[in-house]
Amino acid sequence: MQRLRTSGPKPAVLAGAVALGCIGLAVVTPMLALVAVAPAMPDLSADYLGFVWSITKFTLLQAGLSTALSVLAAIPLARALARQATFPGRRIVLRLLALPLALPALVVVLGLIEVWGRQGWISTIVQATGLAGPLNIYGLSGILIAHVFFNMALAARLLVASLEQIPPENWRLAAQLSFTSRHVFRHIEWPVIRSALPGIASLVFMLCIASFAVVLVLGGGPKATTLEVAIYQSLRFDFDPPRAVLLAALQLALCAGLFVLGGRMATDIAVMSGVGKPARRPDRFASRRTDALVIAAGLAFLALPMLAIFLSGVMAPFSVIVSQSVFWQALTTSLVLALTAASLALVMAWSLLAAQRTIMRRRTPSRAASAFMSCMQASGSLILVVPPVVIGAGWFVVLHRTGLANSAAPVIVAIVNALMALPFALRILRPAVVGQAQIHDRLCASLGLSGLQRWRLVDLPVLARSFALAFAFAAALSIGDLGAAALFGSADFVTLPLLLLQKMGSYRSVEAAGIALLLAGFCLFLIWLAERLKPGEQNS
Amino acid sequence: MTGAAIHLDDVNFAYPGGDPLHFSTTFEAGSFTGLIGPSGSGKTTLINLIAGFEEPASGHIIFDGVDAGVTEPADRPVTMVFQDNNLFAHLDVFTNIALGVSASLDLSGDDKARITTSMEETGLSGLGKRLPRELSGGQRQRVAIARALVRDRPVLLLDEPFAALGPALRRDMLRLVSNIHKQRAMTVILVSHDPADVKFAATHAAFMDAGRVIANRPVDALFSASDIPGLQGYLGT
Repeated sequence: MQRLRTSGPKPAVLAGAVALGCIGLAVVTPMLALVAVAPAMPDLSADYLGFVWSITKFTLLQAGLSTALSVLAAIPLARALARQATFPGRRIVLRLLALPLALPALVVVLGLIEVWGRQGWISTIVQATGLAGPLNIYGLSGILIAHVFFNMALAARLLVASLEQIPPENWRLAAQLSFTSRHVFRHIEWPVIRSALPGIASLVFMLCIASFAVVLVLGGGPKATTLEVAIYQSLRFDFDPPRAVLLAALQLALCAGLFVLGGRMATDIAVMSGVGKPARRPDRFASRRTDALVIAAGLAFLALPMLAIFLSGVMAPFSVIVSQSVFWQALTTSLVLALTAASLALVMAWSLLAAQRTIMRRRTPSRAASAFMSCMQASGSLILVVPPVVIGAGWFVVLHRTGLANSAAPVIVAIVNALMALPFALRILRPAVVGQAQIHDRLCASLGLSGLQRWRLVDLPVLARSFALAFAFAAALSIGDLGAAALFGSADFVTLPLLLLQKMGSYRSVEAAGIALLLAGFCLFLIWLAERLKPGEQNS
Repeated sequence: MTGAAIHLDDVNFAYPGGDPLHFSTTFEAGSFTGLIGPSGSGKTTLINLIAGFEEPASGHIIFDGVDAGVTEPADRPVTMVFQDNNLFAHLDVFTNIALGVSASLDLSGDDKARITTSMEETGLSGLGKRLPRELSGGQRQRVAIARALVRDRPVLLLDEPFAALGPALRRDMLRLVSNIHKQRAMTVILVSHDPADVKFAATHAAFMDAGRVIANRPVDALFSASDIPGLQGYLGT
């Protein structure tokens, strides 16, 4: 009996394999380099171990305190916002909560210094009242303020979203049973908050462990240095690769451990922004006054630094800034980097997803195919386990060994930035690709639409908005990144955040303010664009 | 092109964790078979196997003496109309149909004429530039049928494509399919929930129960039979 033609190899699967290989190479090469320079016999002197221990301790301490403070502050704010579902300007407040994570960390630090620094707004008021001397933002307190700034907003946003999931019948029931605010908290709100808390807390803890720009500027000395910053300093100031290796290993172990522990981590958060239609709660009148106070306080804490960035930014001497060639160099580098990193992230994400889509079509994939699938799925979260600074440190060693430090730096920074954006790109694209596959797979299979034809006729038009969204996100992430770029910065390689850091370090704060505003503008524009492009409901 | 005979030779299949299904039957070339039976009896699975969307665990699916093996759905002598999502929402009616001619949309003048003819046959004249969302539910399924026509395959599989339409509209659509069947002598298999639809349009009827084809006979013979276990219970007679 003759047989009809059977199918050939699948190019999509090959593309996925290539992407997986590239990601592996980009991460494994620097690891090998770190192992290669690791000292055969580590320095076990008490001084050395004490130094490493104090850094590790501080890393954990500041992350723990930051997490506790952020979450504690977020709970009342989230309750107030969920309860008051209708006040004018609520949408603006919710948007404001999304801003801190969208802004480059360094820009936020500058704003915080304007408000909380020795010559800042708060210090001026406190001194005028004669109650205390000027505030000191450097050290642990400043790091905590900055981390609470970023993460309270994030935690509050997530908690509001959880609270709004509570079915409206609960509120009607609470009203019928004449619950007080305390009863409502105990019986309705707390169970929801409690179930959301572990995920939120572990996410915040992880972000604080990996925080670089905040600690770089506000910390310093062995008393207020985290592993990330210590790795950078070992390589850039002391040129002590063996120490960097030890620190990188510690950081890696820490991140991997946390990643395993916090399996429920809410990694999809940064992408999620819209909140559903909130319930009109019967208890909204009774607590109106306290809620207004809580919201106003939270608003002031978040808005003042942003206002400071804006005010000092618009007064910056832009004519001086644009007359410097280094500014144009930094601007060009940052834009090229952002576009390259975003394109790279998108190509990787699509290759991985298309390959997974192709494999998933088989009802019973072979064992090899299943293993390949798991690898592709895991590769998206790799950057959460292996922090960018560790990858950067490895590449730093590789490039110095091979004498390519200057010429290859931009390429490495682009790759690391792309890897950083990959989890977000996958988060955005995966649901779109999966949904699209459910609708179109059988149809495409029956029409013989595959490969480039399917890409051109179906995938691209249907997924275009998701692609644009992921691209804008990745570009914003890359343009504000300091961690990867700082390791490789040089006279030949300057990005906007690096230039900002230089200006801050050399006390050119008015110029710094202008660059900060520009950077903030870029990021907010990209995020705004991304929000506008958010894929709408498509029905056929 | 005339219809192909479809022979299911000892085909076994099971969804992961599901009951085993077993299919052995023949659909004669040029017949129009209505597939009836309780929900969960395997009607859709059967035509998904024929279309190549599922792979049999064992057994053969044979079109006019040729074993389909693991041939891709697009390469089988089959075209299928689904219950919904038959159209690409972002492409207009003409393009949606044209994809049945050429996946790369390389259309000769001849092709375009065929597409226009198929649109006339299905009552879609003048709607070529419309997007699917601008059409009624019945019109969307007409587009899917028009595409099936231009694909010009010997076998047409219909997976309850009219279930969402009202009775009068459903009759119109069945009449359309019935006319196409008469003109082109395709082999048609229609999954249906409504025995009345099958009596109205089909030449044959197959009754399925618990993952098996219990009987496959000319329409009148099947509905008047009293020797088919489960049929009376299903029909409620």
